[in-house]
Amino acid sequence: MNRLKINIKKNRTLLLMLVPSIIFVVIFSYIPMAGVVVAFKNYNYYDGFLKSPWVGFDNFHYLFVTGKIWELTRNTLLYNMAFIFFGIIFEVGFAIILSEITGKVFKKVAQGFIFLPYFISWVVVSTIMLNIFGENGVLNSILGAVGIKGFSIYQQVSQWPLVMIFVRLWKQTGYGTVVYLAAIAGISQEMSEASKIDGASVWQRIRYITIPSLKPTIFIMTLLAIGNIFRGDFGMFYQLVGSNQLLLQSSDVIDTYVYRSLITTPNIGMSTAAGLYQSVLCFVTICTANYLVKWFEPDYTLF
Amino acid sequence: MKVKKGKDVITFNLMAYILVGIFALACVIPFYLIIVGSITKEKIIVTEGYQFFVTAREFSLEAYKMALKSPESIISAYGVTIFVTIVGTTLSLFFTAMTGYVLSRPDFPWRNGVSFFFFFTTLFSGGLVPWYLLCTKYFNFSNHIYSLIIPGLFSVWNMIIAKSFMKGIPFEMTEAAKIDGAGDFYIFYKVILPMAKPLIATLALFVALAYWNDWYNCMLFMSTSDNWNLQYTLQNILNSTNALKRVAAQTGMQVGQLPSEGLKLAMTVIATGPIVLLYPFLQKYFVKGLTIGAVKG
Repeated sequence: MNRLKINIKKNRTLLLMLVPSIIFVVIFSYIPMAGVVVAFKNYNYYDGFLKSPWVGFDNFHYLFVTGKIWELTRNTLLYNMAFIFFGIIFEVGFAIILSEITGKVFKKVAQGFIFLPYFISWVVVSTIMLNIFGENGVLNSILGAVGIKGFSIYQQVSQWPLVMIFVRLWKQTGYGTVVYLAAIAGISQEMSEASKIDGASVWQRIRYITIPSLKPTIFIMTLLAIGNIFRGDFGMFYQLVGSNQLLLQSSDVIDTYVYRSLITTPNIGMSTAAGLYQSVLCFVTICTANYLVKWFEPDYTLF
Repeated sequence: MKVKKGKDVITFNLMAYILVGIFALACVIPFYLIIVGSITKEKIIVTEGYQFFVTAREFSLEAYKMALKSPESIISAYGVTIFVTIVGTTLSLFFTAMTGYVLSRPDFPWRNGVSFFFFFTTLFSGGLVPWYLLCTKYFNFSNHIYSLIIPGLFSVWNMIIAKSFMKGIPFEMTEAAKIDGAGDFYIFYKVILPMAKPLIATLALFVALAYWNDWYNCMLFMSTSDNWNLQYTLQNILNSTNALKRVAAQTGMQVGQLPSEGLKLAMTVIATGPIVLLYPFLQKYFVKGLTIGAVKG
């Protein structure tokens, strides 16, 4: 007890320095965590968090019985799996290619170009999409000029997921590429020099030196992504799909659904329930993934 | 020692130039097309669609004139965005770096517990709804400009990056300053922060970018247009010109006269211009920042 007092006194400035961020996290992260009780209540504005009446699992019941939540979960999961899978291929692929390419100026310029889409907001991305793929977009103008009948990409329900994947790769590849390039720069040059002298080809160097050395980074990046595998990228889905009923079937994710049921048809209890369901799924996934990694590759865990 | 370029290097480079070339072009051409679209005559866009090139005959600055005809909303949006970005970035960096520093001190007895206290919030969250209710009902976020600043004031990931960077600064620096009689805050502010300049520069860029590109908080909290930021104003113009077009189609009104299509693109150029123009100068700091941030909890 006495030691605690001495410790507090000794570290009082440091403790004070933590106060703003601790208050922030308590208010905006921990209190909302407690706020999930709303998922078990029939929330009304006047009674607030505490006094609204309890309804048990009614909100969840509604969510699950209508079947909507399965569809949302499936969409979110499948989209994120595709984003992770193709993301790794593109990011690692371009990082390796850029690190081995001989033209230095070309490398610099290309890297700058590839990183550029990361810097714009999804609002701007949606304008770009309209400009190129909309009904009177550039693509249709070109197709029209060579005599092919145009189409609107926003009506292609079955191909839409592919569009989402491409847009995702277009926007995010630059960021991932830079992360992996940094990891490649950290690989010891001696190994690759030695292998060059021993007559290893570029392909062998990539296969036996670069890719194995990138393994920890790939593990960590993937683990981070898996932790969010049940979280849809709200900005992307909201801006690109919007309220397009045609596309919503295959492209409504949990996050956009929660937002819509909060704003348009205020059903607070149910949208909190959907959010809680999502958070629990995320939590279980990240813990399981981390546990499995700990089992197989103890050095690559997140926590 | 110079190693001779083998056949494999030539094949590799051939393939590399083609693949990277195609992808890099795909990344910039859309930006070029937005500019082309914004300076094309509205009549051409309506009758023939957006074009790949713009000829002198089709060239027109009508859309920009229209966008700047009543510049109040654009100026106000720019003002909001710039204010929020500067104030938000400064405060956010200060809190983030300060927390990171305390948790990087090996002599701080509760560093592991407190670190986990922060890290846990990235594993589990209450979701959007309780957070939104808290902000609107208890903190009066609606239509106040601070609702655009506060949500981004502290980021656990940035704090972890700051912490791991500051662990790399020798503890002897802190100890030496202590012996000279400096207090902990003074050490942080006068000794550690100057040494952490590369970290601050890159974190600043990421935080500023997030503030600049934010439309989400604006959409959640701003029902009146007084405090709309740039991105949300842009989004509204996009949606309202779509709405305008629908109305026009229903009533048989002629929209061709209004440069509504070109206007969208001109607004996009106006809202994105600063980022794209600054990009070549800032890019290397972003790259450096990602190199610093070897994220590990």
